[in-house]
This record gives sequence, C-alpha cells and structure tokens, in this order.
Amino acid sequence: MPAVAMTVNGSKVSGDVEGRTLLVDFLRNQLNLTGTHVGCDTSQCGACTVLIDGRAVKSCTVLAASCGGAEVTTIEGLARNGKLHPMQEAFREHHGLQCGFCTPGMIMTAVDMVNRKGKSLSEETVRHELEGNICRCTGYHNIVKSIQAGASRM
Amino acid sequence: MTETGIGARVARKEDQRFIMGKGRYVDDIHLPRETYAYFLRSPHAHAKIDAIDTGAAREAPGVLAVLTGEDAAADKIGGLICGWMIHSMDGSPMKAGPHPVLAQGKVRYVGDHVAVVVAETLAQAKSAAELIDVSYTELDPVVDPADAPKNQSLVHDGIERNTAFEWSLGNKDATDAEFVKAAHVTKLEIRNNRLIPNAIEPRAAIGSYDPAEEHFTLYTTSQNPHVARLVISAFVGIAPEHKLRVIAPDVGGGFGSKIFIYAEEVVCLWASKRIGGRPVRWTAERSESFLADAHGRDHVTTAELACDRNGKIVALRAHTIANMGAYLSTFASSVPTYLYATLLSGQYNIPQIFCEVDAVYTNTAPVDAYRGAGRPEATYVVERLVETAARELKLDPAEFRRRNFVTQFPHQTPVIMAYDAGDYHASLNRALELADFNGFAARKAESGRKGKLRGIGYSTYIEACGIAPSAAVGSLGCGVGLWESAEVRVNPVGTVEVLTGSHSHGQGHETTFAQLVSDRLGVPLDQVSIVHGDTDKVQFGMGTYGSRSGAVGMSAIAKALDKIEAKARKVAAHVMEAAEGDIEFRNGSFTVKGTDRKMGFGEVALAAYVAHKFPTSEIEPGLKEGAFHDPTNFTFPAGCHICELEVDPETGVVTIAKWTAVDDFGTLINPLIVEGQVHGGIAQGVGQALTEGAIYDEESGQLITGSYMDYCMPRASDLPSFTLGFVETRCPSNPLGMKGCGEAGAIAAPAAVMNALTDALGVRDLPMPATPQVVWEVAAARQAAE
Amino acid sequence: MYEFTYHRPASIADAVRLLEKSESAKVMSGGQTLIPTLKQRLAQPTDIIDLSGLKNSGIAVSGNTLAIKAGTCHADVASSPEVAKAIPALAALAGWIGDPQVRHKGTLGGSIANNDPAADYPAAVVALDAKVVTTSRSIEADRFFTGMFDTALGPNEIVTAVEFAVPRRAGYQKFRNPASRYAMVGVFVADHGGGNIRVAVTGAGPCVFRQRAMEAALAQSFAPDAVKGIATDPGTLNSDIHASADYRAHLIGVMARRAVQAALAG
Repeated sequence: MPAVAMTVNGSKVSGDVEGRTLLVDFLRNQLNLTGTHVGCDTSQCGACTVLIDGRAVKSCTVLAASCGGAEVTTIEGLARNGKLHPMQEAFREHHGLQCGFCTPGMIMTAVDMVNRKGKSLSEETVRHELEGNICRCTGYHNIVKSIQAGASRM
Repeated sequence: MTETGIGARVARKEDQRFIMGKGRYVDDIHLPRETYAYFLRSPHAHAKIDAIDTGAAREAPGVLAVLTGEDAAADKIGGLICGWMIHSMDGSPMKAGPHPVLAQGKVRYVGDHVAVVVAETLAQAKSAAELIDVSYTELDPVVDPADAPKNQSLVHDGIERNTAFEWSLGNKDATDAEFVKAAHVTKLEIRNNRLIPNAIEPRAAIGSYDPAEEHFTLYTTSQNPHVARLVISAFVGIAPEHKLRVIAPDVGGGFGSKIFIYAEEVVCLWASKRIGGRPVRWTAERSESFLADAHGRDHVTTAELACDRNGKIVALRAHTIANMGAYLSTFASSVPTYLYATLLSGQYNIPQIFCEVDAVYTNTAPVDAYRGAGRPEATYVVERLVETAARELKLDPAEFRRRNFVTQFPHQTPVIMAYDAGDYHASLNRALELADFNGFAARKAESGRKGKLRGIGYSTYIEACGIAPSAAVGSLGCGVGLWESAEVRVNPVGTVEVLTGSHSHGQGHETTFAQLVSDRLGVPLDQVSIVHGDTDKVQFGMGTYGSRSGAVGMSAIAKALDKIEAKARKVAAHVMEAAEGDIEFRNGSFTVKGTDRKMGFGEVALAAYVAHKFPTSEIEPGLKEGAFHDPTNFTFPAGCHICELEVDPETGVVTIAKWTAVDDFGTLINPLIVEGQVHGGIAQGVGQALTEGAIYDEESGQLITGSYMDYCMPRASDLPSFTLGFVETRCPSNPLGMKGCGEAGAIAAPAAVMNALTDALGVRDLPMPATPQVVWEVAAARQAAE
Repeated sequence: MYEFTYHRPASIADAVRLLEKSESAKVMSGGQTLIPTLKQRLAQPTDIIDLSGLKNSGIAVSGNTLAIKAGTCHADVASSPEVAKAIPALAALAGWIGDPQVRHKGTLGGSIANNDPAADYPAAVVALDAKVVTTSRSIEADRFFTGMFDTALGPNEIVTAVEFAVPRRAGYQKFRNPASRYAMVGVFVADHGGGNIRVAVTGAGPCVFRQRAMEAALAQSFAPDAVKGIATDPGTLNSDIHASADYRAHLIGVMARRAVQAALAG
C-alpha cells in the first residue's frame, strides 16, 4: 500500500492507502473528517467538494495517493481560532441550508468562487458557478443569497 | 412578538454544526468492530430464481456471511408491510403481495434484493457479491401501468390482473348525471410523471446486536424512528420494542422517501445477530438510491370537468391508474386514495365529484409518498382542468377561478374533506399584484420581438395537511393513529428540554420548536434544546411527513407547555404565599396580582425541584409534563402560485422568468424557515414539470434514468429567485393556528408551469417533464401549422 | 473500484516505460472521467499511471500557433490571457466544460485521449486544425479521433501537447444535455482565412465530425444565415431519451448559426 503525506487543514497528515482509495474516503474514514459528504457516484452532486491547493475539486473523484504533498482544506478547516468563516456565517444568516448535507460542498465551492470571481458576484454568476453542486432542499434561492452576502464580506 | 418568539425570523440554531461540518449523519457514525454489508440486487425486472450458489462468495477474503431469502425464512424474519388497508368497491380487502426482505423464489424489479454479503471491508463485500451465482429464468416484465391489468404476466402469483385494489370515492350516479346535462365538458388525459426523490444524503443503516442483553440498536436515515421500531418489532419480528433502539440522527433530507421501512435496515439488524453481534453497516450508493428508494407519483388519469352555461363548475370525475410498483410500500396504498381523491375539489365549490382508482403492480421499484403525496397529483388534475376549461370557455382563467372559489367556511366537499378556513380571493389577488400581471402583455410583446414565446400560468392549490385525526384515518383504513407526542422537561435551573416525536431532517425544528417554548415560557432561545430521533430518549411518536410537525407536533408541545405553566403557577402561588388565581405569568415572570411579589421562571423551576416550599402531598415535586395531541381535523394550506416563463422555440429551452407564490399557512412561527420550505418545494415542482422523470425501458424493465447522468435534477441555473407573499387565516383546529408549509411548493408548482407553458405555446396540453425536446417538437409543429 | 497498482511517475519517459511493461494499464491525467468509470467497476486495469506528477502544464503562443501542454487543466485554459487573446472561443469552451470543480482537475490531454463523444475539446481540436503531439509523433486533428472512445493513439503513446492553429475568428456553442450537462450538440466554427472554414460537431454523433456542407457555405459567406437550411443527416447521429437524432440534427443548425454569430461578435 502506498504511503501518502499531505497537509489537511494546516496539519501534516500521513497514512497508508490503497491505490484505489478516494480522497473523500481518506478524509472521512482515516482522518475522521466527516464533514465532507458523498451524495452521488457519478461526480455530479458536489457534496464532497474540498479545496486542493486552494482550488475546489470533488474529493470523490480524486485518488488519495495522488494528493501527496498537497494542501487540502475541508469544511472543518474554514473556521479560524474559533471564528467562523464569513461564508459559513452568511449561510446561517440567510438560511442557505436545510438538511445540511450538501452544505459543506456548497460552502467550499462558494469560497473557491469568490477566490476566482471576486467579492461582487451577480446572481447569474453564482447560479452558473453552482453547476457542480446539487441541493434538493432549498431551491437554491437562499444559497445564492448566502453566497452573494458571504462574498461581500470575505 | 419577541425577537425570538412566534413570528420572528430567527436564524437556525442547528446550523452551527452543519456549517462547521459537524453534522452527525448515519454514515458519519462508526462502531467498534463494524463490518460492511453489500446487497446483490436483481439485474432483471422479473425473473424466477432457480438457484443461488453462494459457495464461492463465502470463501472469498474477508467474508463473514452471505445471506439469502432462504436464510431469512429459516430465521423467521418477516416481510415488510403496507400499513394502510384499502378496500375495493366490491368490499374486498386490497391484495398485498408478499414483500420479503431478501427475494424468495422470484425477483420483481431491477434492484430487488437478492442476497447480502457481510465482510470486513466494503470492497471485499462487493467483490464477493460478484462471485454469487444466481440462476434466473426470466419472465415477461410488466412495465406500463396502463397495460398492467391486461398483461398476462403476473407480478405476484395469484393477484389477478396485477391489481391491488379498485377503489372509488364520491357519488358516481349523481356525478354522471351532471355530466349528461352539462353545457361544457373539458377532458384531459394526464400522466403524472414518476419521480425519484433524491434526498442528497443516500439512505444508510447500521445494525448492531448485543448478545449479552439480546438487544438491538439501529442507526437509520428515518423520518419516523418510532414507526420503524414498531414495524421492525411487531411485523418483521426482529425483537420486541423494548429490545430494539432506533436512532435517526441528523438526516439529510427525506421528502417522504425516508418514511418507509426498507429491507436494508432490517437485514443489517438481522445480519449483526447472525455474525455474533458485530455491527453491520450499509450506505446506499446513489445508483442504489435510484433503483431501490421508493419512487413517487406515476398516475395515468382521465379527468373531466363539467360546467354550466354560466361558467360554474358542476362536477368533476376522474379515473386513475396508480402504479404501485412491485410491492406495496409502507404507506403506498393511502397515496392515490385518501391523499389524492379527497383533494379533487381544489379551492372550488364542486357539487359532485367521483373518482375511481385502480392500483396496479408493475415490475418497477415500489412507489410511495413523495413530497406532497397524492395532493400534487390531485392539484395537477384540478388546475390543468380548470385552466383548460377557462380557455375553452373564453374566460379569463383568474375570473373563472374566482367564479368557482369556495368563500363560505366551513365548507364540506363531496369527497370527505371539510375545509375550515381560507381566503382564496385574497391569495389570488395578492399574487396577481406581486406578479405584476398588468405588465405581462408588454413583457410578452417584448419576448416576441426577440423571437421568444412568453406564457403565464396559475395554480390555485389546496392541500390537506397536519395529518391527521386518528379516528378519521382509522375509519379509512390506516393501521396507526396519527397524533403526536411531546414531553417538556424543565431543569432545576430553568433551562428546557423538549422531547418530540416529530423528526427534523431539514425542517428546522430545533429552532421553531424552541421559538414556541421561548415565546410561552419567556426562556431565552439558547436555553431550550429539542431532542428527537432516538426511541430510547423520546416517548413514542409518529414522526414527520405530510406537513404535520407544526400543526400536530407543535400542538403537542403547546399542550405540554400548558401543563407546565399550570403546575408552575401552583408552585409559584405556594412559594409567594398567594392564591393561585392571583398569579399572573408574563414574559417569563410570575407575579402576584396587585403586589410587587415576583419570581422568575427559573426560580419557580428550582422551587419545584427542591420542593421545600409546598406540600408534596398536594403538588408533586419536579417540573416535567407530557402531552399527546390528536388533531380534530386536517389543516388546509392553500394559495396561488404564478409562473411566468419564456420559450426559445428554436431549441425548446424554457426559462422561468418570474415565480410568484402567495401562500396561506395560517400562523407562521419563523417566516425565514417557512420561505425556505416554499422555495424547496417549488424547485421540486418545477423539476417535475420540466426536467425530472423516471423512465423504465418498456421491453426490459431496466431503469434508464439510473443516475444523475440521465435523471435531471434541477440545478441553480435552471431556477430563478422566487417572489413570495403570505395571507393568513388562522387554522381553527389547533391551538397555534398553523396549517403546515412543507409540501405546498411541490403541490402547486407543476400545474403553474404547465399552465404557463401551454399558454406560451398556444397548445392545449403537453406531457411532463416538458424537456427541451418535447417543447421543441410542439413549437416546431405549431410553427409548421402556421 | 477493483484493486490496481498505482504509479505516479516523475517523467514522461518513466510513464511510457511503465505503460510498456504493465499488463493492462490505464493512463490517468485529471481522472475526471476515468475515476467515475473505475468506481462503477466498468474497467479493471492492473495499473494506473497518474500523470499529475509530471507538471506538464502550460500555454504558449508562437506565431500562428497556440500550444497547450496536455496536463493543463480546463480552468487554466479558460482563464488564460494568452488563450483569451489568441482564440477567445477556446477559452470560452474550456470555461464551459463540466463544472468548476471538474475544470480544476480535468485536462486537455485527458479529454482528447478519452474521446468521449460528448466531450467539448474534440470539436475545438478539429475545427482549429490542431496537431496532437504525443510521446512519439505529431498527429493531425482530422486523423486523431477515429471513433467513439477511440483515437489514433498507439497502446503505449501518451498525448503531451496540442498545437492549435490560431484562426481569424471562431465561435463555439453548445446545447447541454439537461441531466449530465455534457454536450448534447456542440458546434465549433473557425474561419482560418482564405476561405478555409472548419465546422466541427461534437455530442451529436458517435464521434466528433466535420460538417462540410456548412464549411462550404461559410466559405462563400461567413454569416449566420449562410448555414440556414443546411441539414445534417439524422441517420448518422445519436438518439437517446434526451434527444432524438432529428432533434440533434436540428440543434446542429441552430448551434452552428449561433457559433457564427459568436465568431463575428469576437
């Protein structure tokens, strides 16, 4: 089994993984970071979205072994020193979540979106950029509002 | 209204854990020495199982057990049940085919459970499952529900014509008589398309058996853990209820699909015992969810509306073939009957209604309640008929509706329901205003200049929620009562825990229920916690579905709070040495009328627990009360949704330009949360109308839409932001005046979309989902005709 | 997923060596198509050779050629100022593949080597008369895509770069499959000057193809209406629950016209 070492949420971690171990399974089962979720098996729902080297990716479609040396940020790594990230705050304030299952992926995607597209996001941009995230509860209305509000505060 | 009380837009308490990634869903839970289950599923829609050879699988690395239907039978594991008895018109009881947890002798749909492998790892279980050798003799599958009664092939041996029941509601002769003399009859053939619920958290279960205590624990994705325990105990026979604990922790959406008792949860419990007590876990892959979660809708209906010469509706009749799938799921029989035909009066005064329903078996996944359950199907029938009739009668669709609205309450419909309160004119008028109906003609002209077709459509819907009075549903065949329970525990320092039989899987109960407590007891919101989802902690309860948690669940809490207040008054009176009648309770303080004597709620709670200041022979120590609430009537949320959309006739792409919803849910506890419920419901309704549809291959019975590659879930870019408004008529049948809001959007939306789309295209009807291809074909045909 | 041996070579030469000596290896670039395939147990390679360690990414314009290394992800192509300047339609195409997460992992080389009939890049490669550079040769676009999930690549050959001819103007329009969001019909129109027009269609048939009648018409007059009335034979097109062959044939006309409009709009 190949050994893999990476940085997750600022901490150096390592472990033995099978070649076929997905990053999401490494995070959930070996590191116990269960905030990253699996909602589909065709790489479409986006519930598993994390940042690798600052960019949003679907951790269900990445092999853990290929992340050697990478910096991975999961939903658990967004808050700093007990203070929520502005995007997390915005989701709460604007009721951008209901069952909470897609939420970590939505928030990580939103952070990436702001990193690429800036703090002033039109509704059209947000909706287009959410192409890879499926929510069944909210009808997206409040997710869009949350992301726009969170972006302006980042 | 206080900042956190009833009516306040409070941000949700439960969000903290979800936004931090600290939610605790079933698949997040790990137990020591756990093992993995993988289900071998039928690749055939309909086949006889000639033999199953599990020898090689048993020998595979890591395998602990391979179990089949024969093993289940040997261990006397019972089958799954349908809990609502429907009688056919001839008086005979419905014919429920056996529903074993692992197939016995026959498989009946693609995805049916054939065997389970339990192994040390999931990969080992999967690989071993490939070694199971099943010999099948394929049988002709029954796929088309309309054809099922005539099909020579029988899904269940001995259930003739593949028919579970032939049921009716209403007066046939009186209805037919109205049709004979009607000035105008509108007729539509309607297919209410089959949907796959797709909560984003896939179903999951962990079964764990403790041999020392002979006790089972089940972690499961359930909307109603007590009902799951009851069924798994009393019918499946895994263990008596006191030896089975069911925990439904955070659950990632349900929409009905997690009400039901499924084979996988039963098998995980049973398998844990078979392997000596090591926990057995299973989490569905999404492709398994597509195959084996209960689906929704799937009605084939002929519907007719009769009007007199003044544009008044005189009668409605419908004949529906309801697809039940291969087995009768937990509440499947109630959906196309008492949750459907009873709503065929819509918001209208319709003197005669008659509805016949044939429930048929097919070789497809079981069909049961999905958000709205029966009521979206009824609303679609009524609102498409009404819209079409108005166009045929050359009446403005709003005016036609107004002419026929129920205006006097209570109103007894010909189909059981007694509407208690509402103002349908108010919601229609407000919606027209918010939708800027007056500007529509100009917007349509502007679209036309760009080569686009614009349309507008209404859906003035009604639903029956807050299910339901136990005696009423009992008389209609329901196997359980549909009350709800609550226990309010005040701690000695005055903080409060509420144990509720409702279950939150996205609805925000931890906030709204706490708002009620805060409002009533004057306790800050952060000093109230809501406990649910664990049969060892919470008294028996009936769970969450049918928009019932507010109207029924919160009513139970309100009753318990009444008892808390009554007892606290007694305690306060003793401590302050006053007559009980002189105690006033306001904003969390007990005062003695006309004096400055005063005690905070926390002080009274402490006094109740130390019990120094009152005779415990008269007042028991402590401050904890329980209540069961059984509603006296259904509730009747209603409203008006208006969809305005634009069609690109070149490509068939439909863009929703504007969505307006004005709903009457009675009292709103937290408008922020209520709005979220409406948004989500609309999205699912738009999905039904434009994008979603489960398709089985007619020949083979294979599910073609078996993943997100082919089943089209609405994305953010498919939807607009929504404009919402509310009117409020209090519900008279519960103490808070609430009606329920969880399903409204999904009920209202499909008809609004299709009324708008037929308006835009200038056609009478088109099928759901109206995908770009469907719309393009219609638009092209229209263009060719011009 | 079945078990496999995982390799992450540090050089392209090592990658080729691994490929040569393994029994049935699969090369993985971004993995965005391969990993879902493996998850469904639809493939059972003995070895996975992950190219992500090669760092073979980068974009360069020289003269009339835009060269993109095979390991460049879609997001980098979409946001590249060089691409936006040289071939804006290519940047737009890359920014429209899959979704943002997929664009951060999926690569140009992976996309064309896989040759999914519904992938976007094959249309650009063909319409932009590109050369596919591999570990052993350079292959002309018209000869690279040989059929559904099939290319001219030899068993031990790996794509290293694609060299696109910079056109005078170009446009790409796609109609997405409503469910999967892959191209149901994608049309790339490129005007290379001197009446050299290339129109490539993806998503509609089993493999990317050139619509030569439209090319001829656009060579006469590079205007949206020039393609009006030019039909594509539905007999050669895919048909599924989302779109019949007739509908796809119709959409080719609409997308082609809109692609010309986009090209003219710059």
